[in-house]
Parts: sequence; structure tokens; C-alpha cells
Amino acid sequence: MADDAATEAATDAGPALREQAADALARLQAELGDAIIEHGVAFGDAIVRVRPDAWRRTAQICKEQLGFDYLSFVAGIDWMPTPAVTEEGSGDTSTPAQPKEQTYGVGGSDGRYQLLAVVESTRRKSWRIILKTDLAESDPHADSWVGVYPGADWHEREAWEMYGFVFDGHPSLRHLYLPSEFEGHPLRKDYPLLAREVKPWPGLVDVEPMPGEPGDGDDATADGGASA
Amino acid sequence: MTTTDLPAPGELPEIAVDPAAFRHLAESQVNVELDTGDMVLNIGPQHPATHGTLRLVVRLDGERVVSADPIIGYMHRGYEKLTEYRTYPQITTLINRIDWLSSFANEVPFIDAAEQLMGIQAPPRAQYLRTILTELSRIATFVLFLGEMGLQVGAITPAFYGFRDREYVLNLIEAVTGGRFHPNFNRIGGIKDDLPWGWISECRTVMNKVLTSCDEFDDLVVGNPIFEKRTRSIGIIPQELGAAYGVSGSNLRASGVDWDLRRDGPDYLVYNELDWKVWTHPDGDSFARYWVRLQETRESARMVLQMLDQLPSGPLMAKVPRIIKVPAGEVLVNTENPLGEMGYYVISKGATGPFRTKIRSASFSNVSILPWLLRGVYVPDIVTILASLYFILGDIDR
Repeated sequence: MADDAATEAATDAGPALREQAADALARLQAELGDAIIEHGVAFGDAIVRVRPDAWRRTAQICKEQLGFDYLSFVAGIDWMPTPAVTEEGSGDTSTPAQPKEQTYGVGGSDGRYQLLAVVESTRRKSWRIILKTDLAESDPHADSWVGVYPGADWHEREAWEMYGFVFDGHPSLRHLYLPSEFEGHPLRKDYPLLAREVKPWPGLVDVEPMPGEPGDGDDATADGGASA
Repeated sequence: MTTTDLPAPGELPEIAVDPAAFRHLAESQVNVELDTGDMVLNIGPQHPATHGTLRLVVRLDGERVVSADPIIGYMHRGYEKLTEYRTYPQITTLINRIDWLSSFANEVPFIDAAEQLMGIQAPPRAQYLRTILTELSRIATFVLFLGEMGLQVGAITPAFYGFRDREYVLNLIEAVTGGRFHPNFNRIGGIKDDLPWGWISECRTVMNKVLTSCDEFDDLVVGNPIFEKRTRSIGIIPQELGAAYGVSGSNLRASGVDWDLRRDGPDYLVYNELDWKVWTHPDGDSFARYWVRLQETRESARMVLQMLDQLPSGPLMAKVPRIIKVPAGEVLVNTENPLGEMGYYVISKGATGPFRTKIRSASFSNVSILPWLLRGVYVPDIVTILASLYFILGDIDR
């Protein structure tokens, strides 16, 4: 019982804003003003969604004025629902069934594409903030952070390759992981998981129906079992 | 002679960050047709100093590097895409293979993220076992480095010591988890099994062996004038630039940044219950990176000994539903892995698998500083720098 109480307390305490995160959020709000569209909480961390035209300015303020000297990562998000790999009712439960409607996470979004970045401080304990910005669906563009955080170079190349996001001001957007002749943006949700298209989930062949279940192939046994 | 006299922090000249230092980003396109006087040297994809397949296209002017362009992706396995089609328990199997030297440490932040989203807390004994195994992975990773770094700069002997000690630690991990490299031992809500009989005393013996061999490394490598000549002032990472590049872990602490997520991040595992110290070195060169890892190996061994003394009893698993469905939400968990900051940003939409997982791996950012770091160095120093940065290609390419 004591364990249950502790677990519940943890759940309640989880989503609250950490003290440092609240401080960081307040200072970012003071600097950016109405460039912040929305903000939210993710298990103690502040998520701040800024206007796309303020994306680069946000980085500058974070680095130069708020002491976020360390770039953790820049990444893309595609909010399109994950397409189902297997047909419904085929019995293949190997992939999780994701919701079919397009919903957005903490902080909301204007459309399908978003940029996600995390900056931290090496000088202050737990001093970190999560930043998001929306990108246009037809022609996703964002300002590059390379001039502010040089480490954004590879992260932005990755987002360009995987999502097709173009970073204005990036010195050389070229393929990072994939061969230079590769076409398509693999992390977009509409890009199929090719391995699964070519070969169905091999786990399927191992699934045998339980004796007596429909599809067992031996109906007599099933009936016999039921009557006995 | 056991230790080298280290310069005090004030004795070294301040390293000024040149704003023109970012120029290489524009120049990093390797153009073979221009500059006929330069030579283009291809290093890799297979090279002993690269744990995996990293290719470096280096343009040389005589013996000096004009520009270096790391080419990665030879081991890209698309884990971020795969996580969108897998359930949480399946994903722990995948992420074991990101940084294959410290697989156990990889699992911890991901499991932690899922547990936070579900509102589950692993019981204290499970937390302790996780911490012990994480530190054991750290020791296994670092003793390999301590031996191999010597090998890269021409000292063969330390490599054998390194592999020997790593074997002791891997045997310990295998005895608990059943797997030497990929334990897959964490479960959402706890840990799979308890320690086997006699493991604690065996672990104490091994930790004392590790502490002894750290002294050996101190004598054999750190106190070796040739090693010093090869590594001192080679590949200096300035603090601010390193942080802005996202260089983390021991590499950043070797530049004098007193930052360790085990102490400075949001609390995870049981590090705040232990008495330990974060080691830094003011120099930021290859030697400093070796020195910091040597001290951290000792510190980890001491931490394990402490944890064995205060290991609590109790259950190993919290109450977890049979089918793991994670409530909708977003969470960022980053931890101090042997190679640096390992983070997962998990977005869940209430299904049995995540909607999107961003895997922030340490080596990716650590290596992204290479084009800057390698400019102007001599060819043999490339190997020293690569070895001292200590990266795993699986951790870069994911």
C-alpha cells in the first residue's frame, strides 16, 4: 500500500515545473515577449514554442543572455499520424497501434512539421529548456543556428536529410548519414518503413492459434472440447 | 613515480576563442580540384582508431591538416524510425546497440523516460542495481580506453592490461544479466533479476583489482614521458566552443568544465546518495582527456564499492500492467553516459510504442567538433585526437 501511495505522489509531482525551469521560462518570456506563442510543462522542464521568425533570435538570447551555453540537440518532428504497417485484423500485433487523428504535443503546433531543440547550461544545475517552432507544411524553412551554436551544423544536416527541412544560413546542407544520391526524407511519417514493406513481420509465422480457437484448422477438436 | 605534476589552472594561458574559428563550416566541402598543391588523404572507413567505420577526408599541406571532413553514416541503422514501429520493451533491445561498449547505461535513460510518463518509480534495490551496473559499464568502457589510448600512440603493453580488466568487469556484468555486451536487463518498473550468489564479494575483489590497475596505468602511461610528448597540448578543446558544439562528458570535463549530469542534472538513479567527486582538468588536451578518464574510472570503482556496502533489500519490480501502454505526453531524460550526455526525447500518444523518439547520443556531438579540432594539426596527431575523444560509431550513426 505504501508503494502505491508513493507512486501516486510521484505522478502528481511529475508534471510540475522545476524551479530552475520556471526561472528560465520567466526570463525567456521577458526577453522574447510576444514571440512566444505558447509554453507548457514536460515533467519539470519548460517547453517553449516560439514564432518561426524568432527562432534564431531565441538561440542568441538563450546563449548570450540566459547562460544556455551548451547545445544538446536540434531535431525535427512530423506530427502526421503514424501510418499502420499492417492491415487491421491480420493478427499482426508486432507494431503498436498509434492514434489515427493528427494531434499535437505539449505547446501545440500550427501544422505537421516542427523543430525541436534542447539547450542546457554547463555552469548551472538543471538549467535547461526545450524549444519548439512551427515550419510551413508546403515549404519547411527555418533559420539556421550554426552561427550561434556551431554544434547545430550536423544536427541541422540530419534534420534536412531526414525531414527535408531547409535551414537558411546553413553553410553546407548535404547528406550526413545517407549516400548523396538518396531521395526522400526517411523520418517523415509518410515515408514507408521499407524493410517491413518488402518482408512481412517474421514473427507472424510463429503465431499458431491455440487449440479450440477459431482458425485452429481442426474444427472437430474444437467442437469436441466444447461439448465435453 | 606515480603521478605527474600537473600545472595549476592559473599557470596556463587563457585559450581565446577566435570568431573566425567557425569559418571551416563554410570550407568543409572537400574540393579536390582546387589547390593542386594540397594532398587529399583518405583515412578509413576502417581504421583502428575509429571504433566502427568512420571515414575522414583530410586535406594536407605537407604534414599539416588544412581541412578535415568526417564522413559518417556507414553504420546508420535508422533507430529513430524503427522506434516508431516498436513497442517500449522491444526498443530496449535496439538501444542496447547504440553505444555497444556501455549498453546497460544506454537503457537507463530510455527506461527512465517511459517510467516517468507512466508515473512508475522503480524500487530502491532496483535503482541501486541499475546504478551499480551503469558504473560497471563505465568502468568497462574506460579501462578499454585507458589501454587502447596507449596503443594508438605506440605503447602496446597497456592495451593488454586494458582488455584484461575489461574482461573482469564484463564477467561481472555477464554473471548478473546473462549478456556480456547487450544485457537488455532493465524492465519498465525495475530490473529483471537479482544478483547471483557470491556476486557481491566477487565484485569487491574486481573493483580492488581495477583500483590497482588504475595505479598501473598511472605508472605506465600517465607517467611515461613519450606518452606525455605525444598527447600534451594536442587537440585542445576550448571550454566555450566545446559546450557550443555539444561536446559532453569526460571530453568537456577535461577542458575544465565542472559539469556532470550525474550531479548537475535532474536527479536520476541514486547518485545523490553517494559520496563522490567530479574530476576536471584545466588543459583540454588529449592528455587531460586521458587523465580525467583515469580518475573517473577510480571514482566509479569507489562508487560501486560504496553501493555494495549500502545496498538496500526489497522488491526488484514496481507494479506494472501486463501490457505496457504509456500515457500521452513528452519527456526529456538525459544522463551521463561513459561517452557523454545520452538523452532521449520521447513523445507518446498513449500507444504501446512511442510516437517519436529523438536519440541524442554523445559521440555524435563529440565528433562534430573534429573539423575544427583537426585543422592545423600534424597527421600523426589525428590518431591521438581520435583516440582521446573516444567515440563509438554506433553512438554516432544510431
